[in-house]
Amino acid sequence: MQPDWPEEIYKELVTAGVGVVGYVPDAGHKRLIELCQADRNMRAVVLTTEEEGIGLVAGAWLGGEKAVLLMQSSGVGNIINVLGMVQVCRFPLAILVTMRGEQGEFNTWQVPMGQNTARVLETMGVAVRQAGEAQTVAGHVRAALLKAFEAQGAEAVLIGQRVIGIKSFQEQRNQ
Amino acid sequence: MSPTLHRRDVVKQLLEKRGELLVIAGLGSTAWDITAVGDADTSFPMWGAMGQAAMMGLGLALARPTRRVLVITGDGEMLMGLGAFATIGVQQPGNLTVVVIDNERYGETGMQHTHTAYGVDLAAVASACKFKHSITVTSDVGKVRELAYQTPGPNFAAVKVVDEKLPLVLPPQDGVLLKDRFRKAVLGR
Repeated sequence: MQPDWPEEIYKELVTAGVGVVGYVPDAGHKRLIELCQADRNMRAVVLTTEEEGIGLVAGAWLGGEKAVLLMQSSGVGNIINVLGMVQVCRFPLAILVTMRGEQGEFNTWQVPMGQNTARVLETMGVAVRQAGEAQTVAGHVRAALLKAFEAQGAEAVLIGQRVIGIKSFQEQRNQ
Repeated sequence: MSPTLHRRDVVKQLLEKRGELLVIAGLGSTAWDITAVGDADTSFPMWGAMGQAAMMGLGLALARPTRRVLVITGDGEMLMGLGAFATIGVQQPGNLTVVVIDNERYGETGMQHTHTAYGVDLAAVASACKFKHSITVTSDVGKVRELAYQTPGPNFAAVKVVDEKLPLVLPPQDGVLLKDRFRKAVLGR
């Protein structure tokens, strides 16, 4: 049976003491966003663009609060320059990325950024953990949170499109 | 009407006897301005990440709801992150004030006009994004000080200033130092 990976991620965030969750909505993160919004000890912050999330995380850390970011792979393209600040200041960073543009992608416009997400992150100093199976998501998230908050690491977990489920025009119509 | 306020005087007035106030300054002139007043552990002057000063302020304000947080940034820096107005408007942090020192110029790149020189109204944007108080100031800096130190926010002020080139007064550039000293001052660790 497929584990309930959004619920498992949420539990990891609680265990790590995450107080702020910045997100740009994504279908793959829908359930996790709802879980975070329902938690009175978490502040879910909806962003207009992923770039804002880097400022949010850095500011929260200056004030002693742990923050994580949820975004889709296309959003990684929006944070490249500001990752420079994360690197220079060694701000803890944990990004949970739902992948688009992998196998079965129905929208070709998602493919270029999806194919290069890991490379872009690594080029800008963010360590990448690939969660290609639902069973591996929670473990990767736990490791990323530990590394970020205990060792001022910059970490991203890429949640594969196979884990999320392939999105099609038909499914979108039915939503 | 040409502005008469000078940016370093404005920032000095905002930061004198600052007490517990936490300060984030956007890259370029405003980072030099706050340093000219006097470098402090509870100031975080940015050297990059253009467009993110207001969002840094939001993160800090949410993390420390009992402290007043002041973002001092330039018009060009604010224009690069206009979405932050909307994001702050949703969160409604009562302890956050954003002040734009508005010389209507990109000061670090040759004093080219910014959008505000053509009439783009940042205070109107903040107001439309649900900031509690939003003003444009041409003379009364005391009113801005009141917003920053007392008035429940989120608050915004655009302060129109003379477009002058001033001597650089540089803060430390080491990002880890800036971060660690800030946290030590605020958290004691």
